[in-house]
Amino acid sequence: MEVTEQRTYTAVIGLEFHVHLATRTKMFCGCRVAYGDPPNTHTCPVCLGHPGALPVTNEKAIELGVRAGLALNCDVARRSVFARKNYFYPDLPKGYQISQYDAPICTGGHLDVPVGEETIRVGITRLHLEEDAAKNVHVGTSGRMHGSVGSLVDFNRGGTPLMEIVTEPDIPSPEAARATANHLKEILRAVGVSEADMEKGQLRCDANVSIRNPDGSFGTKTELKNMNSFRFVERGLAAELARQREILEGGGRVTQTTLHYDPETDEVHELRSKEYAHDYRYFPEPDLLPLELTDAWVREVRGSLPELPDQMRARFVEQYSLSPYDAGVLTSDRDLAAYYEAVAAGPVDPKQAANWITVELRARLNEAGMEISEARVSPERIIELIGLVDDGTISRAAAKDVLDRIFTSGESPSAVVEREGLAAMGGDELSGVVDEVLAANPEEAGRVRDGDQKVIGFLIGQVMKATRGGADGGRVRGLILEKLGS
Amino acid sequence: MQNLTAYELAQRIAAREVSAREAAEVANARVEEVEEDVNAFVTTTPELALERAGRVDGRLQGGENGGVRLWETVPTTVKDVLSTRGVRTTCGSRILEDFTPLYDASALLNFGEDLVMVGKANMDEFAMGSSTENSAYRPTRNPWGLGRVPGGSSGGSAAAVAAGEGWWALGTDTGGSVRQPAALCGIVGLKPTYGRVSRHGLIAFGSSLDVIGPMTRDVRDAALLLQAIAGHDPHDSTSANVEVPDYLAELENGVEGLRIGLVTELMDERIDAGVREIVADVANSLEAAGAEVGEASLPHAYYALEAYYIIAPAEVSSNLARFDGVRYGLRVSADGVHEMYRKTREEGFGDEAKRRIMLGTYALSAGYYDAYYAQAQKVRTKIIEDFRAALHRYDVLLSPTSPSVAFELGSKTGDPLAMYLQDICAVPASLAGIPAISVPGGLSDGLPVGVQLMSDHFTEPLLLRAARAAEQVADFEFTLKP
Repeated sequence: MEVTEQRTYTAVIGLEFHVHLATRTKMFCGCRVAYGDPPNTHTCPVCLGHPGALPVTNEKAIELGVRAGLALNCDVARRSVFARKNYFYPDLPKGYQISQYDAPICTGGHLDVPVGEETIRVGITRLHLEEDAAKNVHVGTSGRMHGSVGSLVDFNRGGTPLMEIVTEPDIPSPEAARATANHLKEILRAVGVSEADMEKGQLRCDANVSIRNPDGSFGTKTELKNMNSFRFVERGLAAELARQREILEGGGRVTQTTLHYDPETDEVHELRSKEYAHDYRYFPEPDLLPLELTDAWVREVRGSLPELPDQMRARFVEQYSLSPYDAGVLTSDRDLAAYYEAVAAGPVDPKQAANWITVELRARLNEAGMEISEARVSPERIIELIGLVDDGTISRAAAKDVLDRIFTSGESPSAVVEREGLAAMGGDELSGVVDEVLAANPEEAGRVRDGDQKVIGFLIGQVMKATRGGADGGRVRGLILEKLGS
Repeated sequence: MQNLTAYELAQRIAAREVSAREAAEVANARVEEVEEDVNAFVTTTPELALERAGRVDGRLQGGENGGVRLWETVPTTVKDVLSTRGVRTTCGSRILEDFTPLYDASALLNFGEDLVMVGKANMDEFAMGSSTENSAYRPTRNPWGLGRVPGGSSGGSAAAVAAGEGWWALGTDTGGSVRQPAALCGIVGLKPTYGRVSRHGLIAFGSSLDVIGPMTRDVRDAALLLQAIAGHDPHDSTSANVEVPDYLAELENGVEGLRIGLVTELMDERIDAGVREIVADVANSLEAAGAEVGEASLPHAYYALEAYYIIAPAEVSSNLARFDGVRYGLRVSADGVHEMYRKTREEGFGDEAKRRIMLGTYALSAGYYDAYYAQAQKVRTKIIEDFRAALHRYDVLLSPTSPSVAFELGSKTGDPLAMYLQDICAVPASLAGIPAISVPGGLSDGLPVGVQLMSDHFTEPLLLRAARAAEQVADFEFTLKP
């Protein structure tokens, strides 16, 4: 039909995150939360689901859940209820997971996500607390259940405090989904709720994805699982959207299903629907009383929150007159923001400082595969470097060379300038060169004298050429204008 | 020694007239003597009893009796639903036939680490039943008539106490499982307020209803045993952080001035005439002893059994999910994990356990939850309101414990509904979470009849005081059977 040919394909994406909370012990027992220890070394009757053992809620987990909720602008329920989610699986020792169902601890928040030069607002539907399942280990060559000779269960992970965060379907593209995941990670780390390391399984992401119908209504959605890195979130969603688009373009219909992203082939595969056709028979967990929080306690938690990335970004724009983009880049990483603030505290122009850090320093960090915390060059060195440019000791071009040196050595930029003879030409010497250039180009000099500023660039270029870049552009311009009396 | 109450025995041991070890030997000997007839135990632990009694005697050598509390010297029977470290705990089920727990139930630790345990008492599988015939092991027989049931689910505990296999016992009560067998075996059974005794280590049946309770020769023993096990437990979020009073202090204060209400809804034709007669006699005697006796009404009591048979199965369908053959207990090997689950649970659970799992699974299913589980919770709220009103008017409520005396083995096993009706008098207090106690009120056709007393949350001192008076006015004397 003609209609479908005209059709635009708008993605509708909602994300569901599972986040390990940074507690010392498990959600409902005193076992330590640990990663990479020998199997079944952090277990007890409670997290092994032994007969008669009862859960006791980890207070720290409640606090971290509320911290996350507040950081995501959610309403914190003064009364929430744990519920049992019933299903059989070997990694689920009690035959049910203690979770929250119709009365979650937090609802109705949002986060503002920088995507490229823009910012999109992603709604948070709900945030709830639960316990993680244990880990099934399939014995055999493939490491997967299919074709394995047997399965073992490691209960170390079982009972780890877990937070589920569900977003509204507000995300318009795979790129934005990746940015949302990234931004959420930054927020969670900033408020100390989780390390949110995807490689350790501390942050897991599933997605609901559909393509909007031509009339603007939601299309049939599919659920995409196993996107265990930020890159795979983007690629998995792109693959699934391509699949849905192909179906729609062929005149077909998308069916509701659950899919699994295979990063090896960059394809999505449908899971057997039977595996997910559960009736979880939720009911309120009778072993735990409803969770009741006082206003005073919630206020105390709110008061203990550090500055959030969004707040910090707004402050950077305000306080340092930075563009939202630069402020976003600087505040996307807490260490980078702190580094910037240390530089901006010096006698430098904050915008210049932002430029040096977001462009020059970050380029070198990326190239070296380093984090800002690993950088050898200190904020004081950057202040010194900017000072050398400001007072005309070195040109901007030379300063970049100096940064190259001090980036690896960490030494003082002044020492490098002195040793390498990088100081810019100045004083009488530069004045002489300018005189020579003006004399050699009388026509252009005349036009500048008559007020035509366009050709000044040509003259500056000639001076730079004559000094082999050893002069500061701003100073040369000043000299030319001075000499031509305009 | 055999005819002493636990309290009297404990006093003699404290006075060094007899040793704890001698008492344990007497209990063990009595087990030897009657167990083949009664079958009160799944597991007997005579050596353990002697070893611990020896330790208690050792501690008694210290000054001020070495800090040994009165109850610690008494040989005790423990229902096989309570987790006992190093002693197998079957819950009356095939699925836990070889299961040995890693930890002790908190109530047992409260009692003391040297608990002189005679054995683990037989019970209906996972505490579901009213006759102990649902045990995967042999049924327990009523010491008052070996052809009759002891009641259930704590039938083994009740029979053990009636037969003198241990001076007292711990049972658990979800919908009458302490009180009904106590009534049928002619002993005292107390279901404390929900949350009064920790459930940690009580293998769950109906988590919102389960309570551990004393089963004893008289009311004073029940007060002493409650003293031993009560208290807040940080391992059980539903245990109440309420101070434990001295349960013996007001025990002998009598009923003068107490307002006692006879529950009309639990005195109708569903109750055998002989049972009603004895309850009425006890009411009259209490009035004669100075109590103000009147009629009380619990209008929603008629719906209690229906609500109970939604809520308890719903909870148990989830509580029994952990018995899956993966980590402990029975595993029947099969091709693939789902088939292993199916076969293990098919072989491991008896008919009643399966019936309740199915009932509960259905009640919680999508599309049925509101009609069943949510509705049952509303009924539960109504019953709590009924009690609030009735207990505003009266201090204590009075009713039969069970609609009949002990029935014959096998007479109700083919009719689950008839069996469920055994709980009609007991279930309302369970749903409300209030304390309730059964004391022997007399005999009907030569078999004991239980009288139930109920009071408000955490008013056990008052309840025990009224029960003490009731047992004193009743035409009944504890004697060992058979």
